Amino acid sequence: MSEIRNYTMNFGPQHPAAHGVLRVIMEMDGEVIERCDPHIGLLHRGTEKLAESKPYNQSIGYMDRLDYVSMMCNEHAYVMAIENLLGVTAPIRAQYIRVMFDEITRILNHCMWLGAHGLDIGAMTVFLYCFREREDLMDCYEAVSGARMHATYYRPGGVYRDLPDSMPQYDKSDRFSDAETKQRNEDRSGSLLDFIEAFTERFPAYVDEYETLLSDNRIWKQRTVDIGIVTPERAKALGFTGPMLRGSGIEWDLRKKQPYEVYDQLDFDIPVGTNGDSYDRYLVRVEEMRQSNRIIKQCIEWLRNNPGPVMLDDHKLAPPSREDMKGDMESLIHHFKLFTEGYCVPAGEVYTAIEHPKGEFGIYLISDGANKPYRVKIRAPGYPHLAALNEMSKGHMLADMVAIIGTQDIVFGEIDR
Amino acid sequence: MIRDAVFYMTSWLPESLQILVWVMLKIVFILVPLILSVAYFTLAERKVIGYMQLRVGPNRVGPKGLFQPFADVGKLLMKEVLIPSKSNKYLFLIAPILSLAPAFAAWAVMPFSDQLVLADIDASLLYVLALTSMGVYGVIVAGWASNSKYAFLGAMRSAAQIVAYEIAMGFALVGVLMAAGSLNLREIVLAQSGSGIASWYMWPLFPLFIVYFISGVAETNRAPFDVAEGESEIVAGFHVEYSGMGFALFFLAEYANMILIAALTVLMFLGGWLPIIETAPFTWIPGVMWFGLKTSAVAFFFLWFRATFPRYRYDQIMRLGWKILIPVTLVWIFVIGIAKFYTPFGGFFS
Repeated sequence: MSEIRNYTMNFGPQHPAAHGVLRVIMEMDGEVIERCDPHIGLLHRGTEKLAESKPYNQSIGYMDRLDYVSMMCNEHAYVMAIENLLGVTAPIRAQYIRVMFDEITRILNHCMWLGAHGLDIGAMTVFLYCFREREDLMDCYEAVSGARMHATYYRPGGVYRDLPDSMPQYDKSDRFSDAETKQRNEDRSGSLLDFIEAFTERFPAYVDEYETLLSDNRIWKQRTVDIGIVTPERAKALGFTGPMLRGSGIEWDLRKKQPYEVYDQLDFDIPVGTNGDSYDRYLVRVEEMRQSNRIIKQCIEWLRNNPGPVMLDDHKLAPPSREDMKGDMESLIHHFKLFTEGYCVPAGEVYTAIEHPKGEFGIYLISDGANKPYRVKIRAPGYPHLAALNEMSKGHMLADMVAIIGTQDIVFGEIDR
Repeated sequence: MIRDAVFYMTSWLPESLQILVWVMLKIVFILVPLILSVAYFTLAERKVIGYMQLRVGPNRVGPKGLFQPFADVGKLLMKEVLIPSKSNKYLFLIAPILSLAPAFAAWAVMPFSDQLVLADIDASLLYVLALTSMGVYGVIVAGWASNSKYAFLGAMRSAAQIVAYEIAMGFALVGVLMAAGSLNLREIVLAQSGSGIASWYMWPLFPLFIVYFISGVAETNRAPFDVAEGESEIVAGFHVEYSGMGFALFFLAEYANMILIAALTVLMFLGGWLPIIETAPFTWIPGVMWFGLKTSAVAFFFLWFRATFPRYRYDQIMRLGWKILIPVTLVWIFVIGIAKFYTPFGGFFS
């Protein structure tokens, strides 16, 4: 009988690499992980149950808070599920706006992921580079919805309002000279679309910057190549979706395979990996950022040339304008009814999934005909990924554990719900 | 001259005490600037990395944040020193001192210029090597005494790492002493005089210079070799349980070690206090200034590395140390030996 025994180690929930509140109990043989057991539920807020007690529209805000780094994509799935049950489609301009903001969200998410993944592996600078870009994109969120994170911008029947014609500008401050302030405001002088376009022009160079720091870095490669390999068969069996699945070499993307909104009219490519290791997943996500940039450009082009409504003209679903409401009795009643009682959705059930930055984000909605959902089930992409943590990290070292958690792009808002 | 003044002022004391006062004064003259430079090195790190990362770094305390180190010290002094209930209390408290003391003691033999050296002992290189290896005990003891798995892992990692890199470092120094024919740091620098930058040892000993510097980064547990601290893996590694001044001492030791390694690199490979070109305008600058300039330049690399590189994994560090750095030094020692005695280039080394 050997004297040397394995020991267990508690990783998290207060751990800098736990990406929020992950807690893993690891059985370690020295530095090598024999087994690991992820514990979840520390961020459980009962979103699904809460949604059952509120009119449909009032739960949109909860969706933002699920995966709090890709807010609008969560909303999109929920809103689209309601639309499918109601049997309505948003105006084409709203669809383009949604697609554009979905892709902005994808860049937001991947920037956050890249920064955090880099930080986990010890590359500090990438994190701050990524946050520079996130800042601009958050400003887009703010310009369009008033909130920098939890936008609640998508509504059943369209989006809350059309894109603004002007961007908020930086004020003069004692930290920046007049010339610097002017330069900071340069991109902000036009409309939101001009601002986003300026961003898409400079963004590819930024991605090149990240890649200079990481892609060919020997240390980065040593830390990610052959770490957390998932074969295509296992990836499918484990229920992987999104970049985790594509990193294993399976070309599966809901935007291409089950196009929703206007994705079938846009031109973009789906990157896939070959080895299914952390490095491939890194490359896949970096390429996705470039592809998202391409999509945004096409959306800007279309949105510039095609003005139109962004919301259905059905006041059972969409609020009437403030102006009408003040003078028109009918509108006042519609407004009151919509914001107190909401609207009733015909009885039935629907599963709607979108290609979320992390994978397939689905909403399974059952309606009994009332103004509140009977049941909302959220399919969070991170959940099956986290479930595979044991399989992915077995036999790797403690430091690789951190790299694997990073490569899974885990956010606890959606896993714990 | 100062010595005479000190002895004159303390002439009412017995002679042995006079010498003690004089030694104490010398220690203060070395340690106070050293501690100040350590303090400002932490600020420099935050500023430099800040600008590398599109931030501005600390800028609230004092003009341009210049008093930040004092604010930090004040904060750490006032914090409670928590001692984990199941730790070994004595070892726990000794560990920070064990890691800081060698980092300071090594400066005793450091020649700041031709005359300015506290103890000009014959085997000063050996002394420095011995003291820098002592630093690892602080780390191991801290990790052990904390009675925490994270701290223990950090201590094990750092023990293995420092032992491996100590060997590479030692071999690199063997090359230097072969070239200079002396173990005295002052004489090693003097052996590099002659024609300015061209006669520094960084050229004939280039592989050793690189190996020494990489080992130095690893010895000080700095990125990309900071597995002992491993921010994102084992949180803070060996000093995870320390707070207040205990933590501050480890912090000081780390930065003092960095400056020490930078200074040693300068002495052994970059001509110490010697000017870049040994002609008129450059020789006007005093040797201490040259020494400080070069040390700062080398120390800058520590910060630059930290901002640029991801962290190695523990086993990868071992591989780099044993399979690459040590063989390189062995080969180059052999090359130097042959070059010195069997080729016409021998004159370059003496």
